[in-house]
Parts: sequence; C-alpha cells; structure tokens
Amino acid sequence: MMREIRYAKPVDPFEEVVFSRAKDKIEFDDFHLWYGDNHVLRDINIEIQSNIVTAIMGPSGCGKSTLLRAINRMNDIIPECRYKGEIEIDGVDINDPETDVYELRKKVGMVFQKPNPFPMSVYDNVAYGPRLHRMASGEELDRIVEGSLRGAALWEEVHERLDDSALSLSGGQQQRLCIARTLAVEPEIILLDEPCSALDPIATTKIEGLMRQLKERYTVVLVTHNLQQAARVSEMTAFMYLGEIVEFDRTRDIFENPREELTENYITGKFG
Amino acid sequence: MKEAAKERLVQICLYASAAVSLMILPIIVVWVGFNGIGAINWEFLTGRPYRFEYGGIFPQIVGSVYLVSLCTLLGAPLGIASAIYLAEYAPDNAITSAVRFFTETLAGMPSIVIGLFGLQFLVYRLQLKTSLLAGAISLSFMMLPWTIRASEEAIKVVPREYREASLALGATKWQTILKVVIPAAMPGILTGVLLGMGKAIGETAVVWLTAGSGLEAFVPRSLRSPTGSLPMYIYLLATQGHTAQGMQNAFGASLVLLVMFLCMSVVALVIRNYFLRKLR
Repeated sequence: MMREIRYAKPVDPFEEVVFSRAKDKIEFDDFHLWYGDNHVLRDINIEIQSNIVTAIMGPSGCGKSTLLRAINRMNDIIPECRYKGEIEIDGVDINDPETDVYELRKKVGMVFQKPNPFPMSVYDNVAYGPRLHRMASGEELDRIVEGSLRGAALWEEVHERLDDSALSLSGGQQQRLCIARTLAVEPEIILLDEPCSALDPIATTKIEGLMRQLKERYTVVLVTHNLQQAARVSEMTAFMYLGEIVEFDRTRDIFENPREELTENYITGKFG
Repeated sequence: MKEAAKERLVQICLYASAAVSLMILPIIVVWVGFNGIGAINWEFLTGRPYRFEYGGIFPQIVGSVYLVSLCTLLGAPLGIASAIYLAEYAPDNAITSAVRFFTETLAGMPSIVIGLFGLQFLVYRLQLKTSLLAGAISLSFMMLPWTIRASEEAIKVVPREYREASLALGATKWQTILKVVIPAAMPGILTGVLLGMGKAIGETAVVWLTAGSGLEAFVPRSLRSPTGSLPMYIYLLATQGHTAQGMQNAFGASLVLLVMFLCMSVVALVIRNYFLRKLR
C-alpha cells in the first residue's frame, strides 16, 4: 500500500497561533517601573503565551529591554530602580517579597545582547549553572553539558574542544554557548535580549533557526530592534514606544494590518 | 629649518633623560653584584653572624622569609576582602570615598610612623615583645594599602557582562564574586599582593622597631622570638661596621636580598601567567 508522502512543512513566519491550546505563561498586570524619577515602563498589561516566540520590538530607549529584564528581575541589581504592579508566571506573582529571586532566575533564563561567556572552558561555562545549583556531577553533569550543547545546536562544532577556552570560539558560537549555558539549568522561559545584534548574518540565521526549535520546549521572549527578525521568528509581537505597549497582537496582524498608526509608521520605517 | 632644529633638540633631551633614568637601576644592581659576590660562600649563606661583622647571615635570610610569609598570610586575605567590600558592597557615598582616599594615602605613609605605632601598640601595649609576630603584623599594615588598591582596581575592571550572566543563572552576589569575579581579577590581585610583599621584604624601619635588632644569631623558634632580617643586617653593618669585611658582608646580604626579591617576582609572574592563560 502506498503511503502518503509528507513533506516537511515550510517555515511560515506568519504561522497561526493556536490560542486555545496555549496556556498563559507570563502575565503583566498594571506594571510600572521607574529608574529614579524616570518612568520607564507605563501600565504594562500583556499576556505572553507558552511555547511560542513572542517578539518585543520598538525604537531604542522605548523600554523593551527593561520589560524583558523585569521578567527575571534583573532590574533589581540597579539601585535606583523601583516598580509596582504584578508579573505572574504560572499564576505566581514574581514581585511578591516571598518569591525566591534565585529560583526565579533559574526558571527564567536570559541571553544577552553581547555574547558573554565566562573566561573558562566551554565545558565549565555550560556546567556553571548545574554546579551552582548542585544539580549534578560526574557523568550526569557530562550528560547535561552534552544535552545543553546539542539543544543549542553547538555540540557538533565543539564536542572535541570542550576544554578549550570559550573565548576562542567565534561570536556566533559564543552566543550559542550562552544559550546552552542557559539551557543547562533547565529553565521554562528563555529571554533573549537582541541576541543577534553583535553577530554576522550567517550566525544570525543559525540563532534564528535555534529559536524556532527552542519554542517547542520553552517559552521564548525575544527583544529585537530588527523588524525582519521579529517577522521571521515570532508568532506574537508587541510594539513598544516611550515605555508603553502600543500594540500587541499576532505577528501577521502587526505587520500586515496594524491597528495603530504609530505601529504602521514604525513598520514602514517612518521612524525608528 | 628652525622648527626642525627644535624638534631635534627635544628628541635629544628626551633620549638623554630616558638613557640616564633607565640606566640607574641596572647600574645599582651591577654595583651590588660586583661588591657583594666576594662575600658569597657556603659559610656566609648557612652560618651565624658573630662579633658583629663576621660570620654568615642564615638567621637573617630565614627571618626575612618568615616575616614576609607571615605578613602576606595576614595582610593578603584581609586586603583582598577589604577590596571586595570596597568594590562590590560599599555604598557609593562620601564615607566610602573618604575610606578609599585614606587607603590610598596610607600607601605613601612614612614607614617609620607605622614602625613607631607597632612598637608602642603591639610590642608594649599588647606585650607581643620585639618579635616575629609584632614585625609581621606591622609589615602587613604597610602591605594592606598596596594590596587593597590593586585588588579593588582589578575587581572593578571585571566586565559587567560576566556578573550579569552569573546572576541571570540564579547565582547570588557572593557566588558570582567567588566563582566569576575573583578568578577573572586574579592576575591583578596577585600583582597587588606582590607589590605589598615587595614593600615588606625591603622594609627596614618597621622591622627595626618591631621585629628584632638585626644581628640575631638564631633562627626564630616561635612567633614571640626576636627576628633578624636582611635589611636590618645591611643597615647595621653599613653604618656601624669597622672593617672592610663589614661592608663586604653588607653588600653580600644586599645581593641575597635582591635575588630573593627577583625569585619572588618570577614566581608571582609564573602564577600570574597561569591565571591569565586560564582566562584566555
């Protein structure tokens, strides 16, 4: 009996989001944030769903990175920063004084703009988190390191040089190493803060391909100032301007028929 | 043409200045070597001093090693800890600035003042007597500002990105400092410790007042024993020797001191390069 040949579905950047299945993962509720007297984030109310890529875009200084850093409370390390309102992950308010911020950051991994591997070996970079949290040692740790490097599509390139310094890798490899380092602590959410802005186009393509894989297991939030990137990899897109969410919708709708004039002006390149 | 002549003159002046200042140190080293080599023999290195300017300098060599080691053991951890506090935890306010300013000033403090304090406070008040312990503690006062300054600088230049990466993985601030910041700052911290050790090993005034008279015929047996050291020995023989033998022994001891200093620098350099290679 002939079986129907199934072709791999071509990657459709405007793939429909199945809303009914998606569980709300991160929910901002009347969230405000200040640096000193500077009101950086105003009245943020969005729901970010599981297992898709959500892009946050907007011009420089619109607060998109700050919004991202609110999700793992990295803003806490800035002394004059204060905030109010709720951010719930799986229904738990992360800004509650009872919340263990170290557990939170373990659950919410972050990849930064500039690749920032530690000045250690490739292996030690990935093993840093598991060792810190005493998750594993010996062969089990080896397995975590291998799994994380595979997850970041880097294993094939580095498996013979695990003891080499991470700083000897190329920029794109370093960034994927940083992703592997994040995966090693078994997060549920991965925040990417303009992860390709320091990389060349080929490295960028690899990271974008990786993001599409990551969303199958993780909730991915991507900050980018690159419109094409948002269109290529995300299902949902938020457009931010002057600390506010102007529009938050399916990526296709944002790009093809935005509701707000501001969004349209940004997308058509009238400012940015 | 006139401008070209001026340019030439400036060049000659700069060249002459550089030549003179860069030659002075090698000349001193060669001078010490030339005058001191005659004193060096097995008995000089392993014997005890007797009748003031005769005999060997073994107790002084051991005394210097003990003093510097104990001083480093006391001063380095304290200095590094203080540097971590200043660089990572101290609030950015006037008090911190004042503390930092005093620390830097302390580095240039005349050592005789520290020696006098050591004598009055450690030797008499705390009754440590003129001893290895009193000398090492006083020397560590001298060492501290150098270690703190260099270590704080080294900690501060560790890129913010390393700290952020560690914190974002769920590390606490202290874990981040211990596992990422200090290893990255290690070469600079070691430089600071070495600077302090260099100050300590050559120090005369402080050990004169707190450690011992300089001509001790015995290796210190305990922390409370008076301890001779090379700089004190050199000082005594050079100022109060009566024979040519005294001056020769002073130069011999100087040569030994220089070699010890050199060895210390080489060891520190090797350790420093090891850490640098690890960071690359």
